[in-house]
Amino acid sequence: MEAVVELEEVTVSYNEEPVLKEVSFSISQGEKVGIIGPNGAGKSTLIKAIMGLLAVDQGNIKVLGGSIDENRKKVAYIPQKEKIDWDFPISVEEVVMMGRYAHLGLFKRPQKEDRQLVNKSLEEVGMAEYKERQLGKLSGGQKQRVFLARALAQGAEILLLDEPFAGVDQTTQEAIYALLAEISEQGKTVIVVNHDLKRVEEYFENLVLINQRLIAYGTAETVFTHQHLQEAFTTTQKTKSAQKELVVIG
Amino acid sequence: MIEQLSIWLLEPMEYTFMQRALIASLIVGINCGALGSILILKRLALMGDAIAHAVLPGVAIAYLIGINFFWGAVTTGVITALAIGFVTEHSKIKEDSAIGIMFSAAFALGILIMSNIHTGVDLFHILFGNVLGVSAGDLKLIAILALLVITLIILFFKELKLFIFDHILARSIGLPTSLIHYLLMLMLSLTVVASLQTVGIVLVVAMLITPGATAYLLVNRLSTMMVLAAFFGLISAVIGLYLSFYLNVASGAAIVVVATIFFLLALFLSPKEGILTTKKIFGN
Repeated sequence: MEAVVELEEVTVSYNEEPVLKEVSFSISQGEKVGIIGPNGAGKSTLIKAIMGLLAVDQGNIKVLGGSIDENRKKVAYIPQKEKIDWDFPISVEEVVMMGRYAHLGLFKRPQKEDRQLVNKSLEEVGMAEYKERQLGKLSGGQKQRVFLARALAQGAEILLLDEPFAGVDQTTQEAIYALLAEISEQGKTVIVVNHDLKRVEEYFENLVLINQRLIAYGTAETVFTHQHLQEAFTTTQKTKSAQKELVVIG
Repeated sequence: MIEQLSIWLLEPMEYTFMQRALIASLIVGINCGALGSILILKRLALMGDAIAHAVLPGVAIAYLIGINFFWGAVTTGVITALAIGFVTEHSKIKEDSAIGIMFSAAFALGILIMSNIHTGVDLFHILFGNVLGVSAGDLKLIAILALLVITLIILFFKELKLFIFDHILARSIGLPTSLIHYLLMLMLSLTVVASLQTVGIVLVVAMLITPGATAYLLVNRLSTMMVLAAFFGLISAVIGLYLSFYLNVASGAAIVVVATIFFLLALFLSPKEGILTTKKIFGN
C-alpha cells in the first residue's frame, strides 16, 4: 500500500519550546493508526502539524504524496469535544454540509449534489433521521457520528480524530470504532489520538508511541514493550498517573 | 381606539427630525442585531464594547482636523482591534485583559483630547447618542454603513458561519481566518459609527448583544437568529423612540431598556429555553 502520510525528521515548536523532535514515520493507505503517549507528549501537535495548521521548524511532512496545501480538501479533522460550542444554533444537516464548503468556494451556495452527498453521509453513519435536530440535543455517540459524516461529506481520504473516545461509554466507543473500521475498509486512512491505552491493540493496526520524540511505531506487540513504555512514560512529570494506566493494560 | 392609536403613532412623525430619528433607529436596530448575533456566538461581546469605546479618540481627532468623524472612528476602532490582537499574540497577557487595557486607553485618550481642546462637539451626545439631531447627511451615512455591513454578512454568510462554529475546519480548508477576524472588527467599527447618534458609544454594546441574545433563546438556526435579532433590534428602536418622545426621556436609554425587556421575556418565557417554561429554576 502506498504511504499517505510521511513524516521525515519533523520538529515543531510552540513559543520556541520544541514539542516534537525529529519525528519520522509513515502511514499507509487504509490503515487505522492510534497515536498514543502521555499528556504533553505532543499528540495534538502532531495532528495539527499533519493538517498544516502549525509551521514545521525542520523536516518535512508529505500528505497523499504532496504538500498539505495541495491536499487540504482530502484531510478531515474531527475536533475534540471541548472545542465545540454545543449550544450553537445549527442543525445536524448544516454541520455535515460544512464538509462540502471546501469544495464550494466563495459566494457559492450548496447545490443539489451537495445536499445528496450530505444525506448519503448521514445515512452511512446512521444519523439520517436526526438531520433537523439541533446539534447539542444529541447524545455523545451521535455527536461523534455527525462529525464523521462531515468528514465523509468532505470526501476525505484521511481522517484525523482527536480523542474521540474521551468521556464516552463502552458501548458508544465500540459503535464508533466499528464505524471507523468500516470507513477504513473503504480505503480511507484513520488516524486517532488516544489518551487511554485500554484496548488500543484491538482498535488499531498500528500504533505511534510518542513523547516529544518517536518512541516506537508498529503493531501493538512491537510498541508495547517494557522498555518503550518506560521510555515514553517516565520522562514526564505525569509518571505516576501514566504508570497506573500501564498497570491496567499490563 | 384605533383612531387614538394612529394619532398617537403619527403625531411625532409630523416633525422631520422625528422621521429621521425613526429611520436612523430602524436601520441601526437591524444592523446591530444581525452583526451582534455573530459577536455573541464567537464570544466577542466584550470586544464589541471595546471597539465601541475605542472610536472616541478617532471622533475627537476627526473634529479637530476637520474631516468626517467616520474616518477617524473607523481608524481608531480598527487600530484598537489590531492592538488587542498584537498584545494577545505576542505576550502572555490573555485576550480579556488585553481588551481591558487597550479600550480604556483609547477611551481615555479620547476624553483627554475632548476635555483639553475645544472641538465644538458635545461629549454627552457621543457617549449617549443624540438621535433627534440626525441630519439628512448623517442619515445617508448611516444607511450606507448598515447596507455595507449587511451585504458583507450575506455575501460571506457561509464563511462566517464556519469561522464562528469551527475555526479549525475553516483554517484546515484554507480560509484566511485572521483576515475574517479583522473583517469582522472592521464591520464592528462601521456598525459602531452608524450607531453613534442613535444610542451612543456607551450603550451600543446593548444594541449589539441584547437583541441577538433574545433571538438566541428562541431559535435554533444562525440565519433565523440573525433575522430575529434584527427584528428585535428594530422593534426596540421604534418603541424606545416613541417612549422617549412621549415620556421625554433620553432616546438611546429608552431603546436599550425596551430591548432588555424583550430579553427578559425570552429568558423567562421562551418555549424552548425559558427559565419558567422549562422549570430550569427548580434544579438541573
